[in-house]
Amino acid sequence: MATLQVELVAVERTIWSGEANLVIARTTEGEIGVLPNHAPLLGELAPGGVVTIRTVEGEDLVVAAHGGFLSVTPAKVSILAETAEISSEIDVERAREALRRAEEGGDDPEALAAARRAQSRLQAAGQSS
Amino acid sequence: MAGSLRALRRRIRSTQSTKKIFSAQELIAGARIVRAQARVEASKPYAREITRVLSALASSASLEHPLLTERQDARRAAVLVITSDRGFAGSYNVNVLRRTEELLSLLRQEGKEPVLYVVGRKGETYYSFRDRPMAETFTGFSEQPGYADAQAVGSALIDAFAAGQDDGDGGAGEGGVLGVDELHIVYTEFRSLLAQVPVAKRMAPLEIEEVEEFDYEREDREAGRTGDSGVPTSYEFEPSAEALLDALLPKYVTTRIYAAMLEAAASESASRRRAMKSASDNAEELAKNLSRQANQARQAEITQEISEIVGGADALVSAGADD
Repeated sequence: MATLQVELVAVERTIWSGEANLVIARTTEGEIGVLPNHAPLLGELAPGGVVTIRTVEGEDLVVAAHGGFLSVTPAKVSILAETAEISSEIDVERAREALRRAEEGGDDPEALAAARRAQSRLQAAGQSS
Repeated sequence: MAGSLRALRRRIRSTQSTKKIFSAQELIAGARIVRAQARVEASKPYAREITRVLSALASSASLEHPLLTERQDARRAAVLVITSDRGFAGSYNVNVLRRTEELLSLLRQEGKEPVLYVVGRKGETYYSFRDRPMAETFTGFSEQPGYADAQAVGSALIDAFAAGQDDGDGGAGEGGVLGVDELHIVYTEFRSLLAQVPVAKRMAPLEIEEVEEFDYEREDREAGRTGDSGVPTSYEFEPSAEALLDALLPKYVTTRIYAAMLEAAASESASRRRAMKSASDNAEELAKNLSRQANQARQAEITQEISEIVGGADALVSAGADD
């Protein structure tokens, strides 16, 4: 069966790359699932979104990706994010703390962005807030 | 004589301790270069991908975006200068600032008023000492810039650029803020450990720059997943291509600022290491010369003492003979 070549790159480093069977992401328009041989696509990821990559080993890799794009070409799927974290690397306590601090920040746009980031981290780690 | 010997010894000691500082700085800078280079490498995949996405967009969307269109009679041009926070880096800052001056006078010749944005404490000091106005300064991260720093700088510049769009002849336009019509960046390019060259580039209106030669079509073909080769891939866009371009271009500018800051950080460390190496070599040379002089002085002192003793003994002997 055909597989997807997936690359997950953040600005500061490549986070993950490998073969996968399915990529699920949320763009600004809505949820999207990408299977092998998907039509070429460019999408903007929803802010504070979570991307799920089902690897060929059948594992689900859940990633919190902030400020990103999804590009599907015949050769590969690339997920570009300003920052991205794999769920296993997320420190739940710290994310909670960040969320709490950000919520105290009120309506200031930076605090709101921070809150969204923290929320998506928690979501990716399987701990809804 | 004894006094000069003591003075010499003191100078040797102080030279040696400065030398220790220099060589420690050299080692630190050496370690930083390696790390900075690794960061430059690590940032490349993203730069490559975003360039690719942009080129894909460019082939599909009509490229009508303020960041891409040349403005008629541009009046003000922002210049972003990347300098270091600390000194001890040889001619690193001098070179960047000199290159900046060249760019500024060129802009003035073209009838554009330059607006300075400065990264790094050294550049800030340089311009504030000369009473030159700076639009904004950013300090505290020149050696290890993070993406968040690049975002801060990038959003300031992009805001200014967006504000410049409606400026009329009389000054600020509808926005009420005096913006800029062009963005330039001056930073030091890291060519190798021995060569760092200050370069000036225009960021906006921008030309999409290939990060490196890379044959995407061939990559697709090799993966064996393209249908008919030669036909450009037609993309689906989510949301529309125009909205994507709007979201992508500022990120692209920020990415380029980030890349420039990383290169500048690597160059800074390389140039600091070189400066510190020659400083510690010079200190060693100086200590060697001083200890030669000190030995000479000590020898002279001993010789003098001996001749004094001999002279005194002679005098005693001759005095005894007279009795």
